[in-house]
Amino acid sequence: MPLSPVRRPARAGAALTAAVLGALALVAAQSAPTPARAAPPDALVMGMVLEPPHLDPTAGAAGAIDEVVYANVFEGLTRIGPDGAVRPALAERWTVSDDGLTYTFHLRQGVTFHDGTAFTAADAVFSLDRARAEDSVNAQKGLFEAIAAVEARDDHTLIVRLSHPQGRFLFNLGWGDAVMVAPESAGTNTVNPIGTGPFRFGAWVQGDRVELARSDTYWGEAPALARATFRFMPDPQASLAGILSGNPDAYANFPAPEGLVTLESDPRFSVVIGSTEGETILAMNHRRPPLDDVRVRRAISHAIDRPALIDGAMFGNGTPIGSHFAPHHPAHVDLTGMYPHDPDAAKALLAEAGLGPGDLSLTLHLPPPSYARRGGEMIAAQLKAVGIDVEIIPVEWAQWLEQVFRGHDFNLSIVAHTEPLDIDIYARDDYYFGYDNPDFDAVIETLETTVDPDARAALYRKAQTILAEDAANGFLFQLPKQGVWDARLEGLWHDSPVQANDLTGVRWTD
Amino acid sequence: MASPRRLSAAGWIGAAIAAVVILTALVSLVWTPHDPTVMDVANKLSGPGAAHPLGTDHFGRDTLSQLMVGARVSIAVSVVAVGLGVGLGVPLGLLAAARRGWIDEAVMRFNDLAFAFPALLTAVLITALLGPGAINAILAIGLFNIPVFARVARGAALPLWKRPFIQAARLAGRGRTRISLDHILPNIAGTLIVQATIQFALAILAEAGLSYLGLGSQPPEVSWGRMLNEAQTFLFLEPRLAVLPGLAIVLTVLGLNLLGDGLRDRLDPRLETGLETRREGG
Repeated sequence: MPLSPVRRPARAGAALTAAVLGALALVAAQSAPTPARAAPPDALVMGMVLEPPHLDPTAGAAGAIDEVVYANVFEGLTRIGPDGAVRPALAERWTVSDDGLTYTFHLRQGVTFHDGTAFTAADAVFSLDRARAEDSVNAQKGLFEAIAAVEARDDHTLIVRLSHPQGRFLFNLGWGDAVMVAPESAGTNTVNPIGTGPFRFGAWVQGDRVELARSDTYWGEAPALARATFRFMPDPQASLAGILSGNPDAYANFPAPEGLVTLESDPRFSVVIGSTEGETILAMNHRRPPLDDVRVRRAISHAIDRPALIDGAMFGNGTPIGSHFAPHHPAHVDLTGMYPHDPDAAKALLAEAGLGPGDLSLTLHLPPPSYARRGGEMIAAQLKAVGIDVEIIPVEWAQWLEQVFRGHDFNLSIVAHTEPLDIDIYARDDYYFGYDNPDFDAVIETLETTVDPDARAALYRKAQTILAEDAANGFLFQLPKQGVWDARLEGLWHDSPVQANDLTGVRWTD
Repeated sequence: MASPRRLSAAGWIGAAIAAVVILTALVSLVWTPHDPTVMDVANKLSGPGAAHPLGTDHFGRDTLSQLMVGARVSIAVSVVAVGLGVGLGVPLGLLAAARRGWIDEAVMRFNDLAFAFPALLTAVLITALLGPGAINAILAIGLFNIPVFARVARGAALPLWKRPFIQAARLAGRGRTRISLDHILPNIAGTLIVQATIQFALAILAEAGLSYLGLGSQPPEVSWGRMLNEAQTFLFLEPRLAVLPGLAIVLTVLGLNLLGDGLRDRLDPRLETGLETRREGG
């Protein structure tokens, strides 16, 4: 709409645009069309919000990579199942020496990569050595930190020696960052991923979709789906119209929570609210006074009304958390009672720290997801109620990574930490929120070398309690996995213990 | 000379709509049914009723109060943006008409340059560079009003310089600046007022567009564009939330356009003395 002096056309254009703005609302509000099946019964179209930057899970941190290729194209020695438990994958079984330092993996026989080459212990040695190498671009090199040496005893036996016992080692090997790759194709996996999984890579139309096709040479039971397409739809607001029209057939994680109300009452769709590993926090920058003052952080924690937040920003889906730990984990301890919503207590703590109403003014950087944008609006209102002024700054992901995550240039931010069991980020030096407590670091250090499950659980509980007492961040809620799919589909994961859309067991039922 | 005309029926309707919007905005300064930024999640998405005449949004904020305050924001942004355009554009146009020569060329080629870019796109660029916010939205919209008013002022002033009464003033030894202010400006005021009305409607639309894209007013500030944006995901659930701000924008823009049309018929000297102007302005 040009602001031009050509008066008649401009005016007509203006009126037209205005009319369209209004009419759009009216048209879109009309009842949705009957969904046409987007694909025949052996094909599936999955909707995703973010497009992966490339397709090599061993060379990038983006969760979207795993969401396409994990368990579909690539497999590791172990894998993480829908319940979060470690399961055998390319390693059929394994033994661990009594000192916990030597792992002997017996690899599955008759496994081939999609390019026809056989998977042997030599490939496993290559994959693990490549991931932990000095010049490795693996985004999670810490997973392999305990490995001292990897060797192949024969074609199907792999020995991994650790420098110290590591309780999570088998779990670590199940991550997407630890999948098995072949020396011949490792360099080109970013654009043409070659794995051992039930689906082989078909095509990638950038900006639109990735296509996978059933692999005829898969070692396990062949999947029911012959073709799978991941469609990238960056606009969450288009997701409701998309799913109602039958394209895509499924969202593992539906990006528009407000649409769930509509979909739940529609028998054509299954709406499954599961759990994720995403602890959603109000990150506070401990480098910036007065956020280094525990009284101020506690005041902010008291000011947050979690139930209202979950109701308003998440439409009721989400479990309140009191520390940085997933409530569905056995070692979870409920600390949500430590800072109940109490504006008076918050004001008192602020006064104690020498801050009267209006004295404290903070910025709040919000990345694009609706949990952050909507949640941020509510938290700004809740902090305002205890006399803290908040300036909301919406940012795109790239800017968030640059300014908040790497640049540490922020006061407050809202983000979900989606990696499993990632409480150890609070022990990292120079992590973006700048939390530093030697007691906490000691607990994590002990945890690293503790193998006994009960002792580990006790240490996890201690770590959670320290974070809560320090009010290290504002702990908001566990991000729900809001799965929506055609009711005739079965086999999609209900929970999200790792970022994955495992399609192996997915089938149409009619 | 044609006899002075009266405002047409459509013009009166436009004036009435504009008056209602302005009145609403003024009332919102002293009273709204509820605080438009106060959230009441327990009452979210409730339909129209006694407590909330137009219902509430997804945070339980009162829609009527938001619409009222939104009118104020729209008008405030547009007044300042158009003011910026008039304040800088008209002097530039008068200067170009009075001096001609290289000054005229410089001003007009700069105008051409500004017109070469779609306004909304450049507004998006400006807010992307300076950061989103109401002030930057005003700047972005205002910037694009400058060449509009410069061009209109110059176009209207040029033929006047050839008219006998201006030439008389020049013979009497008055300076170009004085003549521009004392004689040219009053004679082109009608044209400018008409243009301002039109630009005002466009500015309201541009503000709504920028806010809709998340580049204008930031939460917790209220604006019609933001209301539309937030309502978008609730279209299937609560179409009311999108229809109401949409209607507000449509009606306001329509009203201002009708008013502008009416005022032009009434005020624009080029329509009154069309033949003569065309010959002289050539």
